[in-house]
Amino acid sequence: MPSNVSVAELKAKAKELRLNIVETTFNATSGHVGSSLSCADMLTALYFKYLNVDVANPDWEERDRFILSKGHCALAYVPCLAMKGFIPIESLADFNKTGSAYGMHPDSKKIRGCDASTGSLGHGMPIGVGMSIGLKMKGINAKVVVMTGDGECQEGSNWEAAMAAAKYKLENLIWIIDRNKLEIDGPTEEVMPLEPLDKKVEAFGMKCIKCNGNDMEDVDRALAEAWETAGPVCIISSTTKGYGVKKFEGDVKMHYGSFGDDRKDLQVYIDEINARG
Amino acid sequence: MGTAWNTYDANKMSSGAMYGKTLAELGEKDPRIVGVTADLAKSTNIGVFGARFPDRLINVGIAEQNLFGVAAGLAKTGFIPFASTFAIFACLRGGEFVRTDCAYQNLPVKIIATHGGLSFGAAGSTHHCIEDFAIMRAIPNMTVVIPADAYETASAVKACIDVPGPFYMRVGRGMEPLLHNSEDDYEFKIGKAMTLKEGNDVTIIACGIPTRDALIAGEMLDEQGVSAQVINMHTLKPIDKEAIIEAAVKTRRIVTVEEHNVIGGLGDAVAAVLAESGKRCILTKIGIPDEFGPIGKPEDLYAIYKLSSQGIMETVMELMGKEIEEDDWDDED
Repeated sequence: MPSNVSVAELKAKAKELRLNIVETTFNATSGHVGSSLSCADMLTALYFKYLNVDVANPDWEERDRFILSKGHCALAYVPCLAMKGFIPIESLADFNKTGSAYGMHPDSKKIRGCDASTGSLGHGMPIGVGMSIGLKMKGINAKVVVMTGDGECQEGSNWEAAMAAAKYKLENLIWIIDRNKLEIDGPTEEVMPLEPLDKKVEAFGMKCIKCNGNDMEDVDRALAEAWETAGPVCIISSTTKGYGVKKFEGDVKMHYGSFGDDRKDLQVYIDEINARG
Repeated sequence: MGTAWNTYDANKMSSGAMYGKTLAELGEKDPRIVGVTADLAKSTNIGVFGARFPDRLINVGIAEQNLFGVAAGLAKTGFIPFASTFAIFACLRGGEFVRTDCAYQNLPVKIIATHGGLSFGAAGSTHHCIEDFAIMRAIPNMTVVIPADAYETASAVKACIDVPGPFYMRVGRGMEPLLHNSEDDYEFKIGKAMTLKEGNDVTIIACGIPTRDALIAGEMLDEQGVSAQVINMHTLKPIDKEAIIEAAVKTRRIVTVEEHNVIGGLGDAVAAVLAESGKRCILTKIGIPDEFGPIGKPEDLYAIYKLSSQGIMETVMELMGKEIEEDDWDDED
């Protein structure tokens, strides 16, 4: 069951997550900052309201599972896990450093609270389907939430998994697509068109919920609906790549962006994130 | 030795049938065991398990990426998934999912791959699989076993439950003749080579279906006055280094026999152990010489590639004719 957290509190947490993302990117000198900022609101709502997890016992069998299939957004995910209390917030300073447990893509063997190692795209849905079937077989009533990118939907394995989700009537499976409309080589609709994505998802036997993924109120509404729906269900979360820092927004180069070493630039980003509502 | 080659018949796979039967028996005792397949429940015989436990066999359809991702997800919820498809689809079509989902996360996914090597002979190179040893042994955390017959298949299926991480086993397709008469005839331990015949002049190290032919070749060599030792290297990884080094020191001549490309498989694994050991030894590798094989009955293809007893015997005789340079080798005899 989702916890009773207000939209205002979630907004404050999302702002904190964005600050952690830019700070971590600065320390790491570069990162997938654009795609991390786009999904920050959704991640925040999941971890601070919806996912039933136990920070003291990350392997608790009855927990909800979350798979960051767009593994390149460890830059958002790891700070989110730190804010939740799974890992020390100070350790974010190690991000991408030699020997660190945290890098560009999350390693479930090294990160407390991380349910799956990801990074290669199109893996989260198959793993999530397996988890979802496994939980059903055990009679555990827990959600399995998979977040993919939108460009990632070009990988056929997502659709192999979607077929299986419908076949096995995975009521507990939620697929979230972070629809930021950009991939490395450009707009998704130029590189390899996805639209009509909602109709494709529906044709595979999933209910499709749409939301503005950078509007916390709408994110909350969509997640509430998904949580109540007997799945498999999909949320197409329409977002802006780089959301929160004007300079990054909609800039395909910020899929993987480098920061300079001038702390004054970072301060500009911090001030802008703080200034937004 | 057990039965001889029968008429090729896909519906009577000895090793496959043994796999399904053994898994179903294990499933009775161990509720953690589940099956996953990709529209090959019948062909791989995991369907025998599925017939016994319909709710514990997941059939993902013709989707090998999903096959191994789903297996990984099941493992993450506490199950021991057996994932079965044809060897070529396990190692290449679904290979990255095997590596990244199952091996990287060190999950107890047991991949039982059938129709390996040239055993699906008439199906041609799309269905032959001569690359799986190389691929699977290069994946960290992976254990790789190639049983020699149906009995060893049963032994390996039982033994792999206790392997904590991912496991790859390759078997054939058809009525491969049996090496053993029963499971009581031998001791099967993963990582421990099995000496099938003692000898002093040459060692034949084989794995998989041609192991039986290697043993027959060993007996043929006796008649020619060559004392051949025959080793069944059923575990390719972790390989039994000790057995290889002992064989090198004892016989100084080794022939490897595998139903695989000569690149990256058993022969290369043995070669690496020998080179690192510093022991004086000469090696000949029998296998598929880095080419896509022809269409045909598997027994005919084995003969073409000298994987038959006759071919192995002839190759050993050629090796016996080679000089081993004495020069400055200095290892214990």
